Amino acid sequence: MVETRAYDEMHGTAGDVREHYRAFADWLANTPRDRLTQKRAEADSLFHRVGITFAVYGEEAGTERLIPFDIVPRIIPAQEWRQLAAGVRQRVRALNAFIADIYHEQEILAAGRVPPEQVLCNQAYRPEMQGIDVPGGIYAHIAGIDVVRAGRGEFYVLEDNLRVPSGVSYMLEDRRMMMRLFPELFARHSIAPVEHYPDLLLENLRSVAPAGLTDPTVVLLTPGANNSAYFEHAFLAQQMGIELVEGQDLFVDDEYLYMRTTQGPQRVDVIYRRIDDDFLDPLVFRPDSLLGVPGLLAAYRAGRVTIANAIGTGVADDKSIYPYVPEMVRFYLGEEPLLANVPTYVLRRKPDLEYTLANLAELVVKEVHGAGGYGMLVGPAATREQLTAFRARILSAPERYIAQPTLALSSCPTFVESGLAPRHIDLRPFVLSGRDITLVPGGLTRVALRAGSLVVNSSQGGGTKDTWVLE
Amino acid sequence: MLSRTADHLYWMSRYIERAENLARMLEVNYRMSLLPHDAQIVERGWAATLTIIGLLDAFRHRYQTVTPANAIAFMAFDRDNPGSIYSCLRQARENARAVRGTLTSETWEMLNSTWLEMRVTALRPGDEIANFFEWVKDRSHLARGVVQGTMLCDEAWHFIWLGTFLERADSTSRILDVKYHLLLPHGEQAGGSADYYQWSALLHSVSAFEIYRRVYRDLITPRRVAELLVLRDDMPRSLRSCVSRVYGHLTAVRNAQSGETERRAGELQASLHFGRIEDIFALGLHEYLVQFLGRIRDLGERVARDFLVSATD
Repeated sequence: MVETRAYDEMHGTAGDVREHYRAFADWLANTPRDRLTQKRAEADSLFHRVGITFAVYGEEAGTERLIPFDIVPRIIPAQEWRQLAAGVRQRVRALNAFIADIYHEQEILAAGRVPPEQVLCNQAYRPEMQGIDVPGGIYAHIAGIDVVRAGRGEFYVLEDNLRVPSGVSYMLEDRRMMMRLFPELFARHSIAPVEHYPDLLLENLRSVAPAGLTDPTVVLLTPGANNSAYFEHAFLAQQMGIELVEGQDLFVDDEYLYMRTTQGPQRVDVIYRRIDDDFLDPLVFRPDSLLGVPGLLAAYRAGRVTIANAIGTGVADDKSIYPYVPEMVRFYLGEEPLLANVPTYVLRRKPDLEYTLANLAELVVKEVHGAGGYGMLVGPAATREQLTAFRARILSAPERYIAQPTLALSSCPTFVESGLAPRHIDLRPFVLSGRDITLVPGGLTRVALRAGSLVVNSSQGGGTKDTWVLE
Repeated sequence: MLSRTADHLYWMSRYIERAENLARMLEVNYRMSLLPHDAQIVERGWAATLTIIGLLDAFRHRYQTVTPANAIAFMAFDRDNPGSIYSCLRQARENARAVRGTLTSETWEMLNSTWLEMRVTALRPGDEIANFFEWVKDRSHLARGVVQGTMLCDEAWHFIWLGTFLERADSTSRILDVKYHLLLPHGEQAGGSADYYQWSALLHSVSAFEIYRRVYRDLITPRRVAELLVLRDDMPRSLRSCVSRVYGHLTAVRNAQSGETERRAGELQASLHFGRIEDIFALGLHEYLVQFLGRIRDLGERVARDFLVSATD
């Protein structure tokens, strides 16, 4: 089984408690179980009352669910965090340089370091962006880098999220919940705060406004209250004190963007958009989109408005591009990557395809354009029938898949029905790029609640934990 | 502020206020049905209430007979009736959810938990229907209190109160008009004991029974009840009080195109300020209330046009 080899975040191989978990383990041992049970119930009812829910697609319209919250925190020692933070910063710098290059000179393609067809024939590549200069040359203003830990405790980047990464509201709400439920823990530990994330985000968005504006107006563009991440959109807009707008609230006139207010039209300078490229402007992208703003791209091209993240960032976080990110670090920064990639087989390549088909039961296979844990195969957990079916799917369109070895994701003790048990986790730090690169210590820890499961996505029954970086 | 945001806030508070007034109307009918009347009078009372809120046809579509149980099921808990208390609280919560970032977290949490409790109650309504009406009123008091106690007095705040007082003006005039519908078919002798109970039930339904006693220290007469609920400035649910507040909040949010709306609200306020109950009765209370409802509807439509419409240029 997979979990027998997993790195345990709390315990060493001999069952001893790791140094950075000691104070917490003491507290846990000395806290009566019924108090913990009662606090867990309290957390559930608080999340419900506050309405920290997400909508689930494919279920009855308007269904809202809680993302399960676990009260055992994921703790990261200071030294480990410094290395991780340096690694994700470096990665995001390289990714931004890559996107800028792709939409201008395309030097990395000319140098033969990334195959041009991989980029230029990619669905996420946006020819409309070619030659557009964006403020500061920044494209991925908000990046979520998914990091996992394998068998011996080494970190890998599993995925880069450069389009509209979500989850930061859970990072903030989980912290608030822990402080509300267990204030005594915060007195015992020196835990780096994360509450200033919305301030950093607003500052970051203001720093990339079109040049010459002293007091730019920033708005958050949401698809609306039925979107699965609506809670987060409303939460962030409120925390930043900016308007939460829908496409119908905005219009473009003479290449300037305005919002409709009770006092007439008001100029908008920066859009923090939480809708996909395809829906942004029906005049350029999907003509049936009701979520976007006709003429937005024209205003964008004219440099009258900043869109964050920029259009076309998907060209750098696609799973078929992922294998080349270490190469981007070397090419643009002249540095060696601080964080490793998971070895990846690209099934459009014949040898990789052959190896994958021969070893399907040991591998994780992902759709190149998939997200949210949909359409993936976890070989070791799959039945014979599932393997056969997936093999057929791969053979019908190998270019749509990549494969990776099944990593023994690290585990962390988690409350489940039978009590405390190890469950696999990952980590998504949020990296903000503008005038500077900033990130709050930690990020969102997601946990796979089913025993042995490696899929942490909330849409697949994953939960979250508070993430502590010790100071 | 975004027009759409103002729209959601305005409707959020209108729906809360509507739920409260529905509970008040149902409660007074429920109390009346406990008095020793024959079944016909009880039925007439419920039918009058359904008429006054414009739901009699929809009700007849669903139910054969007007009984207290049917009427309460329809107007309190029916999720398919867009005018039920259940639907009003859902709408209030949905509107709040659409602009939760504009509300304080206390306001949002209050409305959200009201809705969550409503859903549970609707599954098992129970026998204690009077408790349910009390609960709806309590949640509405709480909603106003949390807005008053936690929200910045900015534009959002004004739109919330604008919705509240337009809705309340509408409701009070309808509640008063129920009496007309109730008495019309039979023209019962004014001053009889049934009449006394009906007027006092009406006062109870707008929390005005004790106020009436304190203000008039005398018998309950239709003229005074009407004066209290139409013309008195210090009576929080009176038409005059509601329209004064509507006017005040309108001037606070005025924009380039709202001048005419403001004028009409001011004109209505002045007519209530300087109006005499004798003149209203000379016209006929029912006729007066019909006119008043028309003017309130006009103000509502004008507010929507001046401030809230965002879907078109």
